[in-house]
Amino acid sequence: MANILVIAELDHGQLKQATLSAVAFARKVVAEAGGTFDILVLGENIAAAAELLRPYGASAVLAADHAELRHPVGDKYAQVIAGVAKERGSTMTVGAASTFSKDILPRAAALLDAGMLSDVIDVQRAGDDFTFKRVMFAGNVIATVKLDGVVKFLTVRATAFAHSPKGGEVSPIQGVPVEAGQLPGFIEYEKREAKETGRPDSTEARVVVSGGRAIKNAEDFERLIGGLADALGGAVGSSRALVDAGVTPNSLQVGQTGKIVAPDLYIAVGISGAIQHLAGMKDTKVIVAINKDLEAPIFEVADFGLVGDVYQVVPELVEKLKK
Amino acid sequence: MKILVPLKRVPDPDTRIRLKPDGSAVDLDGVKFAVNPFDAIALEEALRIKEKLGDVEVVVAAVGGEECVEQLRVGLAMGADRALLVKTADPLDSLAIAKVLAALYGREQPAFVLMGKQAIDDDSNQVGQMLAALLGIGQATFVSRLELLENNQKARCGRETDGGIETVTVRLPAIITSDLRLNEPRYASLPGIMKAKKKPLEELGLPELGLTVASRTRVLKLEPPAARKAGLRVKTVDELLEKLKHDAKVL
Repeated sequence: MANILVIAELDHGQLKQATLSAVAFARKVVAEAGGTFDILVLGENIAAAAELLRPYGASAVLAADHAELRHPVGDKYAQVIAGVAKERGSTMTVGAASTFSKDILPRAAALLDAGMLSDVIDVQRAGDDFTFKRVMFAGNVIATVKLDGVVKFLTVRATAFAHSPKGGEVSPIQGVPVEAGQLPGFIEYEKREAKETGRPDSTEARVVVSGGRAIKNAEDFERLIGGLADALGGAVGSSRALVDAGVTPNSLQVGQTGKIVAPDLYIAVGISGAIQHLAGMKDTKVIVAINKDLEAPIFEVADFGLVGDVYQVVPELVEKLKK
Repeated sequence: MKILVPLKRVPDPDTRIRLKPDGSAVDLDGVKFAVNPFDAIALEEALRIKEKLGDVEVVVAAVGGEECVEQLRVGLAMGADRALLVKTADPLDSLAIAKVLAALYGREQPAFVLMGKQAIDDDSNQVGQMLAALLGIGQATFVSRLELLENNQKARCGRETDGGIETVTVRLPAIITSDLRLNEPRYASLPGIMKAKKKPLEELGLPELGLTVASRTRVLKLEPPAARKAGLRVKTVDELLEKLKHDAKVL
């Protein structure tokens, strides 16, 4: 019997959709092995977010609501999560793979002397235990693994678990008491630089248009990549090269150490297709590549490849889409 | 001040990874090995701090077999002062590695630990955070900007998060894990390589650290991801739109 603790992720109070992938994972395990799951939300003034998580069949939505948790600071969050997991007797604690989960869950795991697996894409029952599949070597190897120990921590790839639909009993909300005086204070949050673009998040959009080295500057990126994304109602992404060059912010980077996306359509504009970039978008349904270099590795994964100058092709594409 | 920099020996990042036919392991035949790129970045940062402050000892450490000496020598050649190899026979998972590093930390008592956020073979991104928890100290992960403050009592760090660069200040000692854009690591110079031969490289076993650890992660099988169908070249924008609308049906 499993007892799973799903860690919800909020971004400035808004629920990240990837949380519903972690919920889907929990529901799959419970369906196969029996048991129950809880959802834990942390933050300040999180009543609305907690409410959104009630229709998914959790035994409880646990709300750790406190001013000290206003920002997702690793030491405080890990301690609260470890405490709740211990108290609930959670055998698995799981979050959708994101910088939030990756910062916090390994710390919480070690506080409980629990092993952890990251970027899990599948789980199968194996007797009293489970086997998991996880991604390694920049997405070039899928490992089937077992993790010993009654208490396990996991991050799951949101791209591998379709968002849980609503259903099941409506969960009660339970407050989690937070002893502010007992929280660690190693880390002080200062700020986050983020520009609101009005565009969807690349991990949540159906279409992602991504720019690479061929794009010369931020204005061109906005005009060509932004323009094409807007024509398709999609999100924008970027290869590492443009972030390194200061043309795009890090939050746009798609790749082994950036965002992992699997939209219906990914248009790679002027991206060569390095192993590390492919790691972030290989599970896309339809990949389109536009690049001047017909030898570019991106064409090996593209469903449709157009060899051409992106500065010619993209404006033409945008114009014809607008018709 | 002492900075501890753990390094991992990994296949060169540009290696086309092939698996053994029985899926039991990666085929390492002819594979070149390197210092994990993120660890090289961490070491570079430690060396820059050393160059700036002067009285800093940079200690590189690896956990694994004798072959790890190759990467420790690279670390020494880049400018580290001393190297440690904790010899283990069996592969260890993140929590086990964190426990070994915690024991090393106890032995070395560094001002802080600088290490890569993840190894490019395992891609777990767990060890640094676990180590911080085991030691009961702070952490700053995915750091792309680092500034020591208040007479080296604190580190102000820019962290690369999904939502943008987050700035935090962490009290030292702490575990700081490096991200891509923290710096561009130097190459080992020829004089550096020569000097490295004379620098101390100490080998330890787990019993000397008073430790027994075992991996809880057991790999049953390795396989490649599902292959994608071969794609099509299209010659014009019109042809592309046609295919996307009628064949792929994504528009």
